[in-house]
Amino acid sequence: MSEPTVADTRRLNSKPQDLTDAYGPPSNFLEIDVYDPQTVGVGRNRFTTYDVRMRTNLPIFKLKESCVRRRYSDFEWLKNELERDSKIVVPPLPGKALKRQLPFRGDEGIFEESFIEERRVGLEQFINRIAGHPLAQNERCLHMFLQDESIDRNYIPGKPQ
Amino acid sequence: MSFFSFGQSAEIDIVLNDAETRKKVEHKTEDGKKDKYFLFYDGETVSGKVNVTLKNPGKRLEHQGIKIEFIGQIELYYDRGNHHEFVSLVKDLARPGELTQSQTFDFEFTHVEKPYESYTGQNVKLRYFLRATISRRLNDISKEMDIVVHTLSTYPELNSSIKMEVGIEDCLHIEFEYNKCKYHLKDVIVGKIYFLLVRIKIKHMEIDIIKRETTGTGPNVYHENDTIAKYEIMDGAPVRGESIPIRLFLAGYEMTPTMRDINKKFSVRYYLNLVLIDEEERRYFKQQEITLWRKGDIVRKSMSHQAVIASQRFEGSSSAEKALAQAKEDSN
Repeated sequence: MSEPTVADTRRLNSKPQDLTDAYGPPSNFLEIDVYDPQTVGVGRNRFTTYDVRMRTNLPIFKLKESCVRRRYSDFEWLKNELERDSKIVVPPLPGKALKRQLPFRGDEGIFEESFIEERRVGLEQFINRIAGHPLAQNERCLHMFLQDESIDRNYIPGKPQ
Repeated sequence: MSFFSFGQSAEIDIVLNDAETRKKVEHKTEDGKKDKYFLFYDGETVSGKVNVTLKNPGKRLEHQGIKIEFIGQIELYYDRGNHHEFVSLVKDLARPGELTQSQTFDFEFTHVEKPYESYTGQNVKLRYFLRATISRRLNDISKEMDIVVHTLSTYPELNSSIKMEVGIEDCLHIEFEYNKCKYHLKDVIVGKIYFLLVRIKIKHMEIDIIKRETTGTGPNVYHENDTIAKYEIMDGAPVRGESIPIRLFLAGYEMTPTMRDINKKFSVRYYLNLVLIDEEERRYFKQQEITLWRKGDIVRKSMSHQAVIASQRFEGSSSAEKALAQAKEDSN
């Protein structure tokens, strides 16, 4: 039989890579930082807000850089919107810490420094995970959360314009 | 087994004529163990002897006939009662009567058709076996001997490459290429993945080989998927314009040839699954079916004429004709 006895394992031909592609900035740049926690208000009406700063070169985001102020309930709003409108399995948020909101605690409750830092890390992980999801990037609520000054809770859900 | 220890009983032993020269191969049993069995090809003759040894010498063994059968059958595990026999041959060895002493009977099933390969799977089994039976009024005495059948093919005339562009709009576009669509069991998959657009953060990429066993028909179709292999082909984040090579040696994995709609009862198909995993463990994948076939061993001068005929089931007969002519010449 005239068949080859050793398989040809040479690489298939491929186009040489353009050097600007090889050494240029990658097209998947997306970094979101959650930082600078500030507690605002007095007494029982206090709450903590965080800076959510985003830098990206993904064309789906209108702004390449943005910085907005958000609180925990805003993150909860985003999670609920995505769970309702998209097919994504949304990652978990750091806990609501209801126990910490009860009176007669020995510490500062939800305004305790270590707790705020724990929560900040959890929120940062959450937003980075969700913002990188191709399906989430197609939801108006994500863009509004990341790049609009304030969240309009009466918005019309759908695709970003 | 007999409750009546006063009667005569016998032991049956089946021995093939070419037991010394015939090749044995390993085959998985239903409980996962591996055993060795004689290997046969389509068209080969199955011949041998049935040795009947009387347990109590001096006593007669009355019987309603002695026969030997060659059976090829498909067993669906969820429907054990119904064996689907696609080959059923019988040879009578003795008319009803009695045996006064141990005896040996010759048998020959000439040029037996064995259209399918032996297969032991998750939900279905296809097996070939010889069964010698001494019929008696109360209980038969029988002995089975399993054999394994391999179906051979040769290099297909048409074996185009698989080349496709897939992706997620604005996120990830790749072009993948595999050098063939039909691979033999000891072949090498040579291919490449070319990145056209990468807007997600890829962590690594792997190729999986998935075996899908399908049993049942119509609304009762059941697929059993099994990942036979996982092979990482890239670690790290690619950018546009990068080409990642694939070289996957199939000989290291336990696989069978592709079996399509065997006797309308089951199929065994294989798929290459290209999987990309991003930084957040999200998986992006593209599945592609490949056809696996079994290559016959190199034709050696001592190869029997019969085995050459057996390897004639393939696409494109020219090389087999040459081999047949060569074998004829060698035996002259």
